[in-house]
This record gives sequence, structure tokens and C-alpha cells, in this order.
Amino acid sequence: MMLTTKVRRKAVPAGFAAGALALALTGCAGAGGGGGGTEEGGTVELTLATVNNPQMKDMEELKSAFEEDHPDIKVNFIQMEENDLRDAVTKDVATNGGQYDIVTVGSYEVPIWAENGWLADLTQDLESDAEYDVDDLFEPVRDALTLDDSLYAVPFYGESSMLMYNKELFDEAGLTMPDRPTWQQVADYARQLDSDTVDGICLRGKPGWGEVFAPLTTVVQTFGGTWFDESWDAQVDSPEFTEAVQFYVDLVKDAGEADPVSTGFTECLNNVSQGRSAMWVDATVAAGLLEDPESSDVAGKMGYAHAPVVETEESGWLWSWNLAVPETTQNREAAVEFVKWATSKEYHELVGNELGWSRVPPGARNSTYEIGEYQEAAAAFAPITRDIMLAVNPEQPGVAPQPWTGIQYVTIPEFQDLGNQVSQDLADVFAGRSELGPVLERAQRLAQEAGDAQK
Amino acid sequence: MTTLTSTPTTRRLGRPAAPAAKPARPRGLAVSRALLWPALATSIVLTQIPFVVTIYYSLQNWNLLRPGDRDFAGLDNYATVLRDGSFLSSLGSTVLITGSSVLLSTLLGLLFAVLLDRSFTGQGAARTLMITPFLVMPAAAALVWKWSILESTTGMANWALGLVGIPPVAWNTDVPIVTIILVLTWQYTPFAMLILLAGLQAQTKDVLEAAAVDGAGAVRTFLAITLPHLRQYVEISVLLASIMLLQVFDPVAIMTRGTGGTKTLSYLLYERAFVGLQVGEAAAYGVMTVLITIVVATVALRTLFKVFSKEGLGR
Repeated sequence: MMLTTKVRRKAVPAGFAAGALALALTGCAGAGGGGGGTEEGGTVELTLATVNNPQMKDMEELKSAFEEDHPDIKVNFIQMEENDLRDAVTKDVATNGGQYDIVTVGSYEVPIWAENGWLADLTQDLESDAEYDVDDLFEPVRDALTLDDSLYAVPFYGESSMLMYNKELFDEAGLTMPDRPTWQQVADYARQLDSDTVDGICLRGKPGWGEVFAPLTTVVQTFGGTWFDESWDAQVDSPEFTEAVQFYVDLVKDAGEADPVSTGFTECLNNVSQGRSAMWVDATVAAGLLEDPESSDVAGKMGYAHAPVVETEESGWLWSWNLAVPETTQNREAAVEFVKWATSKEYHELVGNELGWSRVPPGARNSTYEIGEYQEAAAAFAPITRDIMLAVNPEQPGVAPQPWTGIQYVTIPEFQDLGNQVSQDLADVFAGRSELGPVLERAQRLAQEAGDAQK
Repeated sequence: MTTLTSTPTTRRLGRPAAPAAKPARPRGLAVSRALLWPALATSIVLTQIPFVVTIYYSLQNWNLLRPGDRDFAGLDNYATVLRDGSFLSSLGSTVLITGSSVLLSTLLGLLFAVLLDRSFTGQGAARTLMITPFLVMPAAAALVWKWSILESTTGMANWALGLVGIPPVAWNTDVPIVTIILVLTWQYTPFAMLILLAGLQAQTKDVLEAAAVDGAGAVRTFLAITLPHLRQYVEISVLLASIMLLQVFDPVAIMTRGTGGTKTLSYLLYERAFVGLQVGEAAAYGVMTVLITIVVATVALRTLFKVFSKEGLGR
């Protein structure tokens, strides 16, 4: 008898959870319904749908400063997961709902959404305002958000990738890292530094188009490979692509982390910040986390260099989280006003003064890197981050011209799926369950299907 | 409806012999039937409309990021599902993972149930501790296993293996299926244990005493008397655990990401819908899964009823 009650007791919270989930879901769908309406007193209420990243939470914390300056505008934040956000905006635009006045969109999706006619063209609004200084936004980032010479979103913060290395371990081994290393050098160092207690290098191996294929695509490009040629023919089984992937897999197997399939950004951050990896090629924003003495054992011991190259000049990737205004909004003017405020120089000053200089959104504005306090707070990595952000070329990151704008991804709707499937097959290569050849043959087939859809 | 209220099944379930059981007054019956309609209508709306919508979606060619290209696709999505091969391999993975986890959970559950059935000091505390894994949320459990136990350099599992001289294992990369089965077994052993313990406690002591008087040893008593008695409890626990485990998603999403043969049907569906953004194709996978589930469930439910009816006859 007692046992049955125990089983029941388990069942009740489960039911509750299901109910709560259902409520949360309907709540999500219903929330924001008030947005787009104009209140009696002439106050405009804006609804901003955003991904739940820390920088976005900072923005919410500081929105009162905007509201004080604009007493007739109120901004409501709705935080969502990336997938929910896409779903919500898709539905809103498809049904002409006008629920959202501002949305955050990743740089991969901006051109796709713009192509679908979901986003308002902001070129005029931004260029006409001299004070806003649109040219101060990093040019490569702007390029990635531009479709047919029109700018459809503004970067809130951005990042590239670079090589981070543990200077202590390098000194012990008597090695010096050049400012612009080649992959061959990095591989040699990694194999020399690899020991029982320290991995030579940490590189993402976790399946996913935005996980392993972020660094791996940049490696492919600098080895001279690409996903597609100019006429959208897949190039995945080309010798350059194969060589690059083989190089990456071998390097991880010989001198990388033990469990590549588990290893993504967070796991590498963990390894490097505990001094268990000598090198790491990943997002520039990682530097800020590695230099934070509270969470990292290697603060002050890290060196930074440009992402390793083979045949190209630069090999950093390019990512930004951006603010955009959906075509369907009823409050376009007020929305643009807020977007401009949140991406202005003034906002960066505000974050620095209110929340601390290390929390200023990086990688969006050139002028941010000229602020004395920011230079001080981010001395170790700010100059190199700026150099890389200015140097990468999202229009042609590889050796040959490509028909899309973007570095570590292909800006087509099919790429998420393609990258995901290929990366899952790569896990078998990491584990030694299959050879690279057949995996890339299948990848070539999948890529060709995706390429044919663009023709 | 009619069959439900008039077949002998209801009587066998032991409803008290109230006037309602006698179909003497057809008018009263009509009223009670009418009273059922709102509930029936609600359940039809809640369960069947989403299914019909899913079928409709499965006939559409619809990528979330290409809203302009949405059109009627006929059976193309089903052709893709059958041609692609990932459905069959996913079905295989699901059966393998569910089967092994259920088998191991039941065996371990039996062992722990027998141990916990003895009276000893701290029995209550031990029982509570044993049940805990089942109460942990699946996602939380997967995270604990990923970061604390199976982490390849700092995890407890590799540390323990190191003590006996076994080199560290890269769990998620090298043995993904084992990893998933390990986590699921850990989680569902308490479930099997609970049901089997209930079975053990329902066993009358007279029989065991009689066996002892007749000179049967502990092993013989267990094999010849306890185990047959537990049969129906084992059946229920296997059935319920299978139903729950068929939907497993969390550890796959958190630990192995569907690699190395761990792509279960629910993870495959998630991928088609949220990574592939192919709403039509995902819906077709969903419909296929429902069809197979209906077949399996029909067989399984028959077994379940057989178990229940046997129990009813035995008493």
C-alpha cells in the first residue's frame, strides 16, 4: 500500500510539470499580444523578443535610461530560446501579426530573413543620423548583415575567433607562439605539449553546425576548401576539404581532448581555464571569461594570437547577435529609435559606467576599442580582437569566391541540417567507427541536394 | 460506448451492483450516455485534431525558413522517410536502447528489491535513497552524468577504472550507446525495484514457511516459489518502463547528440523539426511513429490486460 502512494506521489508532480509547461507555452504564445498597441496617453509600447544571453539581460536592466529619455516609449522584453524565437517571429510575420517590434537575430539568419521579406530595411534610418555613425560599426559585421546593399540589422555584439594559449606551459616547454601562426606550427606545438595531464589543444568536436563546424569550416577555408563553389556545386569531397578535416581529426586524436563528441565551447572553456589545455581556437569572447580571476585559474597567464592559417591571410570566423525590426511592426519609428539607442556609442558608455567596463558589448563598434577604461579592462585581448574583427572577410573567407556572405556557415536555410548531419557522421570518425572517405562521400551527396535548392 | 457499458468487462471490474448496472430503464441509460458526450467530445478535440493537423502537415512541403515555398507535397515526405534509412536505423536504436535499459533495470531492480525486502536497521532510509535516481529530472540526471561521472579526465567513472588499472574511456565518443544505457538503467532501476518490492511484500509468508518446513533451501525457494509469484509484477514493470523509455530524449540531446547509434525516434523527430526545420518531413516521421506505436501498444496493452485479469482471477 505504502508503495502505491509513493508511485502516485511521483506521478502528481509530473502532471503538475506538464500542466505548468502547457501554461508556459500558451503564456509564451499569448505574451506580447499587447505590443504594437498605442495607449491612450500616446505612449508607444514596444515588444522586444530576444534570445536569453547575458548581454541581452544587461540591455533589459538598462532600458529605463532609454525610457527616461523617451517618456512616450515603453519597452517590454520577452526572453526566449533561439528556436522559440525563430518560431514566434515566423508565425508573427506569416500571419501579419505585428506582435514584435524588435527581435534579436543571429548573423546566419539575417540575410535569410531579409530575403524572405521579414525584416525592415534600416539603411536610410541609420545613415541619415550622423551622430549614430553607422560607419563606426565593424565593416565585416555590416557586410554580413547586408543584402543587396541594404542593411537589415545592427550588431549588438560580435565576435571572431582566435588562438588562445597558455603562456606558462609554452614557457616551460621553451616554445614561443608567433603572432600569426600557421596550422602546421600549431599542430607541432600541440603534439609537443601534449602529456598525460595536459592536452596540447582543445578543439570543438561536439556535433552541430554551430559547434564543431564553426571552427572546422574556418579550417577548411584556410586549407583552400569550401562547402560550395560559385555555381552552388558541392565541394565537400574535394581534396582540400578532405585534407582539412583529416588534419583536424588527426590533431584532436593525437593531441586534443579525450572525449571530442562531448566537447563544445563550454567544455573547452572549462579545460583551458583549469590549465588542462595548452591551446584553444575559439570565439574571441572566450578571452573575457579566461581573464576573469573569479572563474579562471589562468587569468593573466594567457596569450592571444590570430587564428592559425594555411593558405589565407586570416582565418577568424564572424558572428554577431543583432537587433532587427520586423516588417510587420506597427511602431517602426519608435522601434528604430530603440535599436539605435541600444547599439549606440552612448549605450556602450552607459554599460561601462553602470555595470562595469568588462561588460560592454564587444565586437560591434570600432570606437568601443578607443575608450580608455575599456582598453584597460580588456588590455590582454582588446587590441587583437579589434584587429581580427577588421581583417576578416565574410564575402570571401576562403581561397576561391563563394556565392554567399558568411564565414563559418553557409547562409542558406538548408545549412543547419546539412552541417548537423555531417557533424554527426564525423563523430564516428573521431571514435574510429568509420573512415573519413565514406563520411565525406555522403556529405557531398547531402550538400549537393542543398546546393541544388539554391540554383 | 455501448460495448463499454454493457459488456461483462465492467462487471468483472467489480462495480457494485447498483441499479445502473441493470439495463432495465433505457431512458436512464440515454441520460447517462448524454452526460458522457461533453467529456468524449473534449477528448476527441484534444487528441484527434492535433493528429489530423499533423497528417495535414505531413502532406506539405514546408521548411520554416522558406515560407514562400510551402505547397502540397502529396506523399513525398513519406517517400523521403522510407528512402532515407534514418527512420529504420532510429527504430533499431530505440529498440536496442529501450530493450537493454529495461532488461538491466529489471534485473538490478530484482536484486535490490530482494535485498530491501529483508528487515534491517535503516531499511526506510535505504529504500528512500534507492528510489532517488527515479525522482531526479531526466535532464538534470544527464548533466550530472556528463559532467561529474563520465567526464573523461575528471569524472568519477574513469577515476574508479584507473584504480583497477583500466585506461580512461572517452564515454560519449567511443561508447555512446553504453553511455545512454548506463544513465537510463541508473534512472529506471528504482522504478523496477519499487514494483518488484511491492510484489515481494505481497507474498504470503505461509508459503515460504511451508517450503522451509519441506526442506527447500533459499535458492530453491526463490526460484520455484518467489520468482513465479513475481512474474506478473515483472511484466507490469517491463511494460511501463518500456512505455516511458521509448520516449527517451534528454540524455541523447545532452550527452551524445544522436551520434554512434543513439539517435532515438524522439531525437530524430526533434532534429527534423528544429534543426532541419522541415515541418512536413518531421510530421511524416511523427505519423509513422504513431502507426508503429499503435501496433506495438495494441499488443502490449493486450498483455497488460491479461496480466490484470490473471491477477483478478487469482484472488
